[in-house]
Amino acid sequence: MTQTHPRNPGAPLDPSWFEHVAVNTPAAEARVADLTARRGLTREWQAAWLVNAIRCIDLTTLAGDDTEARVARLCAKARRPLADHILEGLGLEALTTGAVCVYPTMVGAAVRALAGSGIPVASVATGFPAGLMPLPLRLAEIRYAVEEGAAEIDIVITRAHVLRADWSALYDEIAAMREASGAAHMKAILATGELGSLANVYRAAMVAMQAGADFIKTSTGKEAVNATLPVSLTMVRALRDYGARTGARIGFKPAGGLRTAKDALAWQILMREEMGRDWLTPALFRIGASSLLGDIERQLEQHVTGRFASSSRHALA
Amino acid sequence: MVTVKEILETMDYGPGTETPAEVRAWLATHGRFGHFIAGAFTASSAVRTVQNPATGAVLAEVARGSAEDIAAALAAARAAQAGWAALPDQARAEALHALARQLQKRASFLAGLATLDTGTPIRESRDPDLAQAVRALQHAAGRAALRGMDHPGRAPHAVTGVVLAPALPLTGLATAIAPVLAAGGTVVVVPAPEAPLTALALAEIFTEAGLPAGVVNTVTGDADTALALAGADLDRLIFAGTTEAGRAARRASAPHGPALSLRLDGSSPVLVFPDADLDAAVEGVVAGWLAGGQLPSAGARLLVAEAVAEPFTARLTARLAKLQVGDPLARGSDIGALVSEAEATRLAALIAATEAEGAQALRPASAPPETGAFVAPTLLLGTAPATPLNATPLRGPVATLMSFRTPAEAVELANASRFGAAASVWSENITLATDIAARLHTATVWINSTAIFDAAAPAGARRDSGFGATGFEAALAPLPPRALPEAATGGLDAAPAPGPGTIPGAVEAAQKAAGWAKMSGHGRARVLQSIAETLSRRRTELAARLHDAGHDPAEVAATVELAVRAAALADAGAGHLAATGAQMQTLLRAEPLGVIGIASQTAQPLLGLAALVLPAIAAGNRVVAIPAEAFPAAATELAQVFASAGLPAGVATFVSGPRDALASVLAGHDEVAALWYCGTPETAARLRADTAASLKPVWCPVPQDWAAAPIRATLAQAQQHKTIWLPYGA
Repeated sequence: MTQTHPRNPGAPLDPSWFEHVAVNTPAAEARVADLTARRGLTREWQAAWLVNAIRCIDLTTLAGDDTEARVARLCAKARRPLADHILEGLGLEALTTGAVCVYPTMVGAAVRALAGSGIPVASVATGFPAGLMPLPLRLAEIRYAVEEGAAEIDIVITRAHVLRADWSALYDEIAAMREASGAAHMKAILATGELGSLANVYRAAMVAMQAGADFIKTSTGKEAVNATLPVSLTMVRALRDYGARTGARIGFKPAGGLRTAKDALAWQILMREEMGRDWLTPALFRIGASSLLGDIERQLEQHVTGRFASSSRHALA
Repeated sequence: MVTVKEILETMDYGPGTETPAEVRAWLATHGRFGHFIAGAFTASSAVRTVQNPATGAVLAEVARGSAEDIAAALAAARAAQAGWAALPDQARAEALHALARQLQKRASFLAGLATLDTGTPIRESRDPDLAQAVRALQHAAGRAALRGMDHPGRAPHAVTGVVLAPALPLTGLATAIAPVLAAGGTVVVVPAPEAPLTALALAEIFTEAGLPAGVVNTVTGDADTALALAGADLDRLIFAGTTEAGRAARRASAPHGPALSLRLDGSSPVLVFPDADLDAAVEGVVAGWLAGGQLPSAGARLLVAEAVAEPFTARLTARLAKLQVGDPLARGSDIGALVSEAEATRLAALIAATEAEGAQALRPASAPPETGAFVAPTLLLGTAPATPLNATPLRGPVATLMSFRTPAEAVELANASRFGAAASVWSENITLATDIAARLHTATVWINSTAIFDAAAPAGARRDSGFGATGFEAALAPLPPRALPEAATGGLDAAPAPGPGTIPGAVEAAQKAAGWAKMSGHGRARVLQSIAETLSRRRTELAARLHDAGHDPAEVAATVELAVRAAALADAGAGHLAATGAQMQTLLRAEPLGVIGIASQTAQPLLGLAALVLPAIAAGNRVVAIPAEAFPAAATELAQVFASAGLPAGVATFVSGPRDALASVLAGHDEVAALWYCGTPETAARLRADTAASLKPVWCPVPQDWAAAPIRATLAQAQQHKTIWLPYGA
C-alpha cells in the first residue's frame, strides 16, 4: 500500500463518542443530492478525476466460479487498466489500479500474477460475506490470507452485534481481527445495507475505528443494498470525527453499487468536499468495484478519440 | 492548456462557467426596454440602467414607469379581465400548462437571465428559482381545472397588482400571478428596480405561449412606480419588498383598500437543540443562504443549545471556510453577488459596525471577488439579543450565533423579534420539535430542514414580515354581501362615552387570556355552545329590547343560529396537510391571529356584533370589540351571556364609545394583531392608513345582513396558517 501516514493506533472502546450522535436521513439525502449537483467536472478535469478513480479502485472478483486463471486475467487488467492509446491520449505513462481484491484461496494466484507490479493484493476474510463463522476460524482465515501474501485484509463484522447494540462484543471481535491481520492493513466492512439505520452505520464505524480499523468499508457487494451516497456521507463524517478526536487518518472504501463513471465522480466529489484532497489518494480512498473500470475506460476513450466507445475494443478483466 | 497529469496533482474542479449567449443576444436585440402593456412593448421614454451586480456592467436600459404608465397597464388589465374570466376553467388550465411548458423550453435562457439580473448562482436560478416557477404554474393549472367544482359561483379579484422583490425573481413572479390567472384575474406587475429583466422576459414568453394580451402587464421603474401601483384602483395587491416599502404601500393603498398581501423583511431564527444532527443543521444554515441569503426566510439568528454550542460552532466554522463565493455564472460558486452594490455596501457596513462592537467575524478561506456586489458569508460570534444587528433585516449571507439553556429560553429568544417570516428547528426529538414549531411566531417552520418551498403550501408572513394569503383561494373575491345602509338611529341605554384610555386596559386583559388559544377546539366549542344556549334562554327578553329600540327582533334567532355554527366550526378542523414533496409532511396549521380589534356596524346591532366576535373567538382569538353607538346595550347583553356561559374573562371585552375614534386607537396599538371594521368607507380608508406603523391586517366588510353572510369567510379572516415542514425517512 502507498500509505505514507501512520496506521490507526485504535482507542479504548468509548460509547460516548457515538451513542448520542443523531443522523437525520432526509438531511443526509439532501446533502448528497446537493453536493453532486453543485460540483461539476468537464473535459480534462473530468478525465483526470476518472483516471484518479482508477488509481483508487480495488479491482475485485469475489465469485463462486473464480479460478486461478480468471484471477490472473483480472491482475493483468489491474496492471494495465487502460488501453495504451487511451493512456497516451491522456498524456500519461503509467497507471495501475489501487489493489486487486480476491477470496483467500485466490491470494496466492493474485500475488504471483502481480509480481513486480507493486500492486497490493487485498483479501476478504472472516467468513465473507455473512461473517457467521466461529471467531477462531475467522481469525485463522485472516492469518491464512496474510501468509499467502495479502497486504490488505477486508474483514466483515458481525451485524448482530450492531443490531443488538453489543458494542463491547463488536469491539473485541474487530480488535482481535486487527491483531490477526498483523502488518496487513485492515479494512472493516460494515455491511451497511444490513444495519438498519444511518445512526447504526455511524456507531458501527466508530467502534471499528476504536478497535483499530485502518479503513472503513461500506459493503461486501453481496447485501441487497450496497454503497449509497448517504451511507458514505455518514461513514465519512464518522471518520472525520474520529480523526478530530485522535489525529488518526482513516481511509474510506465504498464497495458494491459503484458501476458508472458518474458514480466514480460523485463519490470523489463527496470525499473532496467533506474531507479534502488527501482523501482522493489510494492511501485513504478505495473503490471496491468489478464493472466500474469498463465504464470509465469507455468514457476516457471517448474523451481521447471524440467517438462513442465500444467495450469490444477494450481488454476484458 | 492544463494537462490531465497536472490536474491529477491538484485534483481541482476546473472552470465551469456558463456563457449565456442567448441572453446576450436577447438583450442586444432589445437594448432599451419599454413597458409590456396589452401584449406589446411600449416605446421607452424615461430610462434607468440595469446592471449585472456581479460585474457592474450595464445589461440594458429599462423605462421608469410613471403614474400614467400604471394607469395604461391597469386599463389593459381591466379590459382583458372579463374575457379571460369568461374562458372555461379547462381553457385557463391549459393556458397555464402551456406557460409552464414554455418556461421549461426556455429554461436555460431564463436561468441565465435571472443570474445576470440578480447575481444569484446559476444553479439556484435553475433550481429552485425556475423549477418552482414551473411548479407554481402547473399547480395553479390544477386549481383552475377544479375551480367550478371547488368554488361554484365565486368570481376572482378582477385586477391584481404585484410588486416583486429581487430575490428568486422567476419564483416570485410565478407564485404571485399563477393563482390569480387560474382564478380568472389579470395582473399588473412591477418588478424590483434592481432586477426587472426576468419579468419583462416572462411577459414576452407568456405572450409567445398564447396568453391573451393584457392578462399580464409589466411596468418597470423604481420605488415610486411601485407606490403608484399600490395607490391605483386595484382589487388586490401583492407587495414584496422591505418592511419600510411595505409600510409606504399600506399607506398608498389605504384609499382604495385592495385585498392586501405583504411579504416584507425577515430575520429568521435557526434553533439547534442538543439532540440534533449537528452536521445536518450546519448544512441547513448554508442551504438557508439560498439566493445569497436575501429571502426573508434566510437563517440570520442561530440559537444553539449551550450543550452543543462548541461542536456546532466548530463544524459551522469548518464548513464556512470551504464555501466558494464568486462568479454567479460559475457552476462551483456557492454564493454569488447580492442584488445591488447598494445592498452589499449596506450589509458590509452592518457587519463592520457589529465587529466594531466586539463581535468576532468568521468567513470563508477564499475571499470574494474585489469588484461586484459580493459580501462573503459571515458568521458573527459574541453578539447579544440587544446587538442592533439582531433586530435588523440583513438580506445577505450573514448570521449571528447565540446560545440558549432550555427549550423555553430558545422559544423566548426566537420570538423576541419584530419579524415573523420563517424559522428552522433542528432536533431528532419529534415531541420537542413539534412543540417548538407550535410556539414559534413565524408563518413557516422547517423541522430538520430549511428553504423548502412548494406551490401547494403557503409561504406566509407575520408581524413586520407582512400578512395576507397568496394562494388560489386568496385570488377569489368574497361573495357579494347583502349590503345594509349604515343606520344612524339613537338607541336607549346610550352609554357615557369612555375615553380612548379604556382600550389599552381591554387589550391587556385580552393578552392575559392567552389560555383561550391553547384550549382544544372541542373545549372552545363547548363554551360557544353554552353561549348559544344561554342566548336562546334569553331570546324573548332580548327580542323585546331590540324591538323597543327600533331594531328587528328576528336578530336574536339569527344570533343563536350563528353561535351554534361558531361552536361547530371551533370543533371542525385545525388545518390540513398539503401535498408537497415525497417523504414530506407539510402541515398547514390553522392558528388564531391573537388579539383582534373589532368595530361593528350600526344596522343589526346584536347580530352584526356577534357575527364578528363569535367566529373570531371560535378560532381561538381574543377580541376587543366596539359595538355600534346605536345600540350599545347589545354589548352589555352579550357580555352578560358570555360571562354566564363561562367564557373566560378577557377573551371578549366590549368597549362602548365613539366607534370610529376608538377604532383608531385599536389601529395604532401594536399588541392588536388585526383590525376588523364594519362601518363607513371613509373611516375604513383612514384606519388602513393608521395601521401602516403597526402593520396589521385590516378587514373592512361593508355593513350587511349578517344572517346571509357565510360564517366560514369570517372564520378564514380569523385564522392564519402556519406551514410546518417535517421531512421523514428512517
